[in-house]
Amino acid sequence: MGNNLKQMDRGGNVSPGWMAALVFVILLAACPGASSVFAAAEDESLGIKLAKQAVRADKHWTTVDHSKIEILNQDFSSGDQITQACLSCHTDAAMQFEETIHWTWEVPSEKPGIMNGKAGHAVNNFCISGNAMEDKGCLSCHAGWDGTDGLVNCLSCHGGEKFPFKETFADLAAFAGDDDPDLQEIVTQLHADIQKAVKNITLPRRNNCGECHFKGGGGDGVKHGDLDTSLAKPNQNLDVHMAVDGADFTCTRCHTTVKHHIAGRLYTRPAAAERKSLIQDDMATKITCESCHSATPHKAATKMNDHTDKVACQSCHIPEFARVNPTKMWWDWTTAGKMKDGKPYVEKGEFGKPVYKSIKGSFTWAKNVVPQYFWYNGSFDNIGIKDDIDPQQIVEVSHPLGSPDDPNARIHPFKIHRGKQPYDKINKQLVAPLLSGPKGYWTTFDMDEAITLGNQTLDVPYSGEFDYVETTYAFPITHMVAPAGNSLGCIQCHTRDNSRLAGITGIYMPGRDKFAIVDTIGLIAVLGALAGVTLHGLGRFFTRNGREE
Amino acid sequence: MNEKTITKVYLYTRFERFWHWFQALMIFLLMITGFEVHGLYALMGFKTAVDLHNFIGLFWLGSFAFFAFWLIITGEWKQYIPTTRKLFDVALYYAWGIFHGQDHPVQKTPGAKHNPLQRLAYLGISAMLLPVQMITGLLYYLYNSLGSVSLAPIAFIHTLAGFLLVNFLIIHLYMTTTGHSLFSHIKGMITGWEEIYDTTKIEEWETKATKKA
Repeated sequence: MGNNLKQMDRGGNVSPGWMAALVFVILLAACPGASSVFAAAEDESLGIKLAKQAVRADKHWTTVDHSKIEILNQDFSSGDQITQACLSCHTDAAMQFEETIHWTWEVPSEKPGIMNGKAGHAVNNFCISGNAMEDKGCLSCHAGWDGTDGLVNCLSCHGGEKFPFKETFADLAAFAGDDDPDLQEIVTQLHADIQKAVKNITLPRRNNCGECHFKGGGGDGVKHGDLDTSLAKPNQNLDVHMAVDGADFTCTRCHTTVKHHIAGRLYTRPAAAERKSLIQDDMATKITCESCHSATPHKAATKMNDHTDKVACQSCHIPEFARVNPTKMWWDWTTAGKMKDGKPYVEKGEFGKPVYKSIKGSFTWAKNVVPQYFWYNGSFDNIGIKDDIDPQQIVEVSHPLGSPDDPNARIHPFKIHRGKQPYDKINKQLVAPLLSGPKGYWTTFDMDEAITLGNQTLDVPYSGEFDYVETTYAFPITHMVAPAGNSLGCIQCHTRDNSRLAGITGIYMPGRDKFAIVDTIGLIAVLGALAGVTLHGLGRFFTRNGREE
Repeated sequence: MNEKTITKVYLYTRFERFWHWFQALMIFLLMITGFEVHGLYALMGFKTAVDLHNFIGLFWLGSFAFFAFWLIITGEWKQYIPTTRKLFDVALYYAWGIFHGQDHPVQKTPGAKHNPLQRLAYLGISAMLLPVQMITGLLYYLYNSLGSVSLAPIAFIHTLAGFLLVNFLIIHLYMTTTGHSLFSHIKGMITGWEEIYDTTKIEEWETKATKKA
């Protein structure tokens, strides 16, 4: 045995430290996972590569120059004439369009006798209801020349310039039959201007869609929070996809269209049942992030790729919404109707935005808003005017559906717009006050009458007694995707306090979650050991290990 | 005191020493990264902590195979065979004798590097705690690819075992000071040569298992 020891010792004179270090370094370098710890190669992630491939071929071209189309060389005197000219070639266009929600503002719901959509039984907590299109104030966004009467206005979406057709036609009508040569000259000029606008035909651009969707809820950025006029010409920081200095996407780049049906609606359920890529199916009805970026968009072997089964891309890549223009966060109808000197008034606050309007009540606005996060499977649960509510609770007029057990659900960011709106105290239902027009609330300031008239438009009974209830309305946040460098760090969610996902249940998140019993046992084990060795050590110190001299 | 002579024995081969300190480094790094991931403090940042923890964990798991191989081939695994003989004596020594200048009832020898209490403790660590940590760690790492596996029970066990390893580490570190001088055990693990009192007769049963023919 002694011999063995001596033999072994020969090598032992060499310092074992450097040997250990050397072996460690060799093993470390040989391990493929090392790249994730040490400076990773700066090559592009899969998601970027695929997305570049997907959009590479998008150079739209056409064989039609509308400025050379004979039938457009007319002196148009009404919108309907323009549309008829369009339809002389695009024979089925209006027929197609009148089938779509952009025209009907209605979507069948799963509940019998209930129609969703702003012309249906759906309500929100802004201007509440479209009152079956009886509320004429809403119709400025309807894509027709004269509200729901008359023909489709093709130029709402296909007009290359914003032109005041309504006012110009009114002028033309006023000047008609007048022989004054000066006026005749103006008339000729007006006709020329109209013709120029009519010949400027385009596929829908950001401003075409934005004319209504940037201003939903009655003003810039009121409704969505991730859609406002700042997206007309966004820079890279605001939206990497739509950025003028970036990919320069139009809305229709993602909101693909079949027979004028534009993809991207959220009422229908499930909104996006299949999560397929353009490589699998380049005619997918709805383009999602995954369509171009794949389900593993991040660099290989990074933990982020493991997140995509539970976390929507938007959750990390849209750290805040309303990053340029403010958005409305609170709308309290209870304070509406106050007068100054007998007249309705407007009070402006921060951001130069109204914080009080006699016709609407009080508002709050916010910028750079941190979203709220919920499980979301692509569908919403909506409370319409025919649904029963519990006025003791905050009513979720619109709320995302989904649960941790739903394989199609992801944790998704939302803007939650809160407010107080009228409801029927006896029937315990939300109500739909009529707002614009001579008998609407904005003229009469009589809420009871406005509700009576408004509910009549929808054929829903009103008891005659109303009060106000607090409500929430959820908007999915999906635009304003920030550059990758601005996306959220782990610690925004994986943290014990103030986690962005504090409200998300059904999953265990390292850093956010703990088991009290584990930490208690752990604390006892660690402190107990420390106390034990301290006492033992002190004992040895004071007894001098029992070796009295 | 003076009647005790100190002898040097070569206890730990180069591979054993390397493995010990390598494993010590792994455990230390896993500990500080692991408890950061657990949210106890912010030191290097969550992402770095996760990446390091995953990397070291996998690396250790891979290299543990070498250790297991070595254990089997050399027969050193027999050092971990538990015994109750003198177990009580050793326990009593640490509870009483050590304060009264008594000698350790079981001295270290190449054939029996671990006293009965150590055998039990190291068997618990090597055969129970570390494998549990490695298996749950691997499941933790892979759970996303395992279908509808819940992370919660995996995290429960992995975190609990992590705390128990800290408990072990504290006691282990303290016990290194109980040699004939405060640092003699640590020195032994660095050089391979341990200084022991040449007072105790090494019993046949202690080295029987690992005795070379």
